[in-house]
Amino acid sequence: MRTAFAFMVLALLLAAPAQAALRVLACEPEWAALTRELAGELAEVDSATTALQDPHRIEARPSLLAKARRADLLVCTGAELEAGWLPLLQREAGNGRIQPGQPGYFEASAQVPLLERPTQLDRAQGDVHAAGNPHVQLDPRRMATIAAALATRLSQLDPAHAARYAERNTDFQARWQAAITRWEGQGARLKGVPVVVHHRSFSYLADWLGLVVVGDLEPKPGVEPSAAHLAELLGSLHARPARMILRAAYQSAQPSAWLSQKAGIPAVELPYTVGGAPGSDDLFGLFEVTLARLLAAAP
Amino acid sequence: MSTRNTFIVALCALATPALAAPQPQELDAIRAEFEQKFQALQADYEARLKALEGRVQAAETQAGAAQATAQTAAATAEQTAQAAPPPPPPSSAFNPDISLILQGAYNDRAGGERPISGFLPAGAHAHAERGFTLDHTELVMSANIDPYLRGYLNLAFLDDEVEVEEAWFQSLQLGHGLTVKGGRFRSGIGYQNEKHPHAWDFADNNLVYEALFGEGLLQDGVQVRWLAPTELFFELGAEVAKGQFFPGSDAGGDQNGAGSWAAFAHLGGDVGASHSWRTGLSYLKARPREREGWVDDLNDAEALTRFSGDSRTWLADAVWKWAPNGNPRERNLTLAAEYFQRDEDGDLTCIDNSLDGGACLGLTDRYASDQSGWYAQAVYQFMPRWRVGTRYGRLSSGDAELGLNAASLEAADLNPERWSLMTDFSPSEFSRFRLQFNRDEALVGEPDDQVILQYIMSLGPHGAHRF
Repeated sequence: MRTAFAFMVLALLLAAPAQAALRVLACEPEWAALTRELAGELAEVDSATTALQDPHRIEARPSLLAKARRADLLVCTGAELEAGWLPLLQREAGNGRIQPGQPGYFEASAQVPLLERPTQLDRAQGDVHAAGNPHVQLDPRRMATIAAALATRLSQLDPAHAARYAERNTDFQARWQAAITRWEGQGARLKGVPVVVHHRSFSYLADWLGLVVVGDLEPKPGVEPSAAHLAELLGSLHARPARMILRAAYQSAQPSAWLSQKAGIPAVELPYTVGGAPGSDDLFGLFEVTLARLLAAAP
Repeated sequence: MSTRNTFIVALCALATPALAAPQPQELDAIRAEFEQKFQALQADYEARLKALEGRVQAAETQAGAAQATAQTAAATAEQTAQAAPPPPPPSSAFNPDISLILQGAYNDRAGGERPISGFLPAGAHAHAERGFTLDHTELVMSANIDPYLRGYLNLAFLDDEVEVEEAWFQSLQLGHGLTVKGGRFRSGIGYQNEKHPHAWDFADNNLVYEALFGEGLLQDGVQVRWLAPTELFFELGAEVAKGQFFPGSDAGGDQNGAGSWAAFAHLGGDVGASHSWRTGLSYLKARPREREGWVDDLNDAEALTRFSGDSRTWLADAVWKWAPNGNPRERNLTLAAEYFQRDEDGDLTCIDNSLDGGACLGLTDRYASDQSGWYAQAVYQFMPRWRVGTRYGRLSSGDAELGLNAASLEAADLNPERWSLMTDFSPSEFSRFRLQFNRDEALVGEPDDQVILQYIMSLGPHGAHRF
């Protein structure tokens, strides 16, 4: 009996090594990158998805459950983007810290105003999100607001290092604002450029840079592009031409390649999130690569 | 003994260095602790101030940039709008999430009873509808009850009846990897068991589950799950329940204590970004009493049997999923297989049916069986919306020990089997149409070629689906 007890104590000691760092599980790579900017070595950051995966359609894999079990903080987009898999992770992981409403669950989209809030909720409109378009990460101004809120959340969860999070946030905000000014200068000539998008993934990017979205490859959000819809879109482009077609790294290249060939405009693959293209290994790189690709396609 | 005690104390001391601090230095320790806490408090305030400063700075820079052009001014207006509190959500937002599953089919198959040869049937009859049929219509409601608990209800509507498929509460705040569920729930044993029919990859159930549980094992009781804090997914679970559902029985559940219990262990993980897997081992113990089942006797007449005894089931399951770069949207493959072994030991009565030309004379004698079986399936999505799948299941009824009943019931070792092929088309995540072909030899010696055309519609909020 005592041997068993001693063994259990030993097992517990081995299973739970000293909790030095905050364990953060980000739902998408952009939030993992933001957490790394704000927490540095203070947090052990993992991302549940990669840039090559569609965040709408993720399997609640056993490995993700194991990660959610150990997380102190979940950093997710929210606004129902992860509705198909995240609730399952939260419920089945036996981890009270990361439940909705707890400090250990951070929703980026809840920190900023959202675009494209539907006035009418009907599935005939496709896979619409009641709260609005959740793909907020490609607006650097919103990213700054989210960063400040996330820094506050990190210091709330790890008060011992509050000063460090605040310091890192101030440092990040300074570098970020400088970068925004630079990017806005570079991107000035993209203002008013008409574009076609695969999915409504780039609404915030368009909002920031002044791109004008004139068409979607998906007939309705979340519905696969069909031949009939693409043909119709091609017809509408005669009346209202676009300069380029945008798609995310995880989206199929076929529909945009087809339209690109027929309409004679370039199809541009954007990283969409951190890690989606060479050079987009952090948030700064993400915007550098995105701008470079947009500028290359709009001479 | 004392060395062990010292060992434990030493371990505890290692684990909590603060407790081991020598007495004389206690005052210093308290002072140090106070200073440390005071500093932490100071740091906390500084941090908050700095965070605020950062936000003000950020807002200022944004405002500055905004003044430059009219376009960004619009954005600033938006940013200020953000400061205004959002309108309060309507109180109806407290209503549970409601979703509805509509399911129906057209079946082309042989009529009449088609019991699985050599197996006592799960559920009294093995009658399958043909022609146009309305399967289950499911109504699902769920919501958080309070910060600590969540509730879930699944009602299945059939003609003239409503079945409570599931009705349970689940703990959210226990922590330490623990989750407790209470009420009626689908048992955590096996792989397919927790999936509702609308989430199945085929229009009908696999042969293994049909033989073991009918549709799936429901439990009225309590389930505890524990997820290990390890990189590898490792989960243990245990259930105690009333045990009134097959392989248990109503009379078996009519008692204090538990009429059935189950335990399961799952192990899972990823291999690179594209592959993921899970395996499991489960055990189920039930104590059926007077469990009724219709079988064909040696005269080929319908005979009613009653079984009382112990039923023990082992289930081993494995599932492997592949998707390029872990993105299942375009293409993905799922392989799943399960194996079971069940032994039952007790008394079997075959109710006298000699007046109807049957072979049973109402005798009761020992019944012991050792049965097993397996199924394997592969489902491949080769392009968005379209999937194809194949499945094979084979059972072994084993040599049953029938005692006196050997004079009226068949004891041969039979191998019921079934091949299935299916293809389905999903216009969106919320709808699916499926065509399936079965070569069914569950009733040995009377093969049946079956065609099933099925639809599954899900209305309402997105349900998260299990792995």
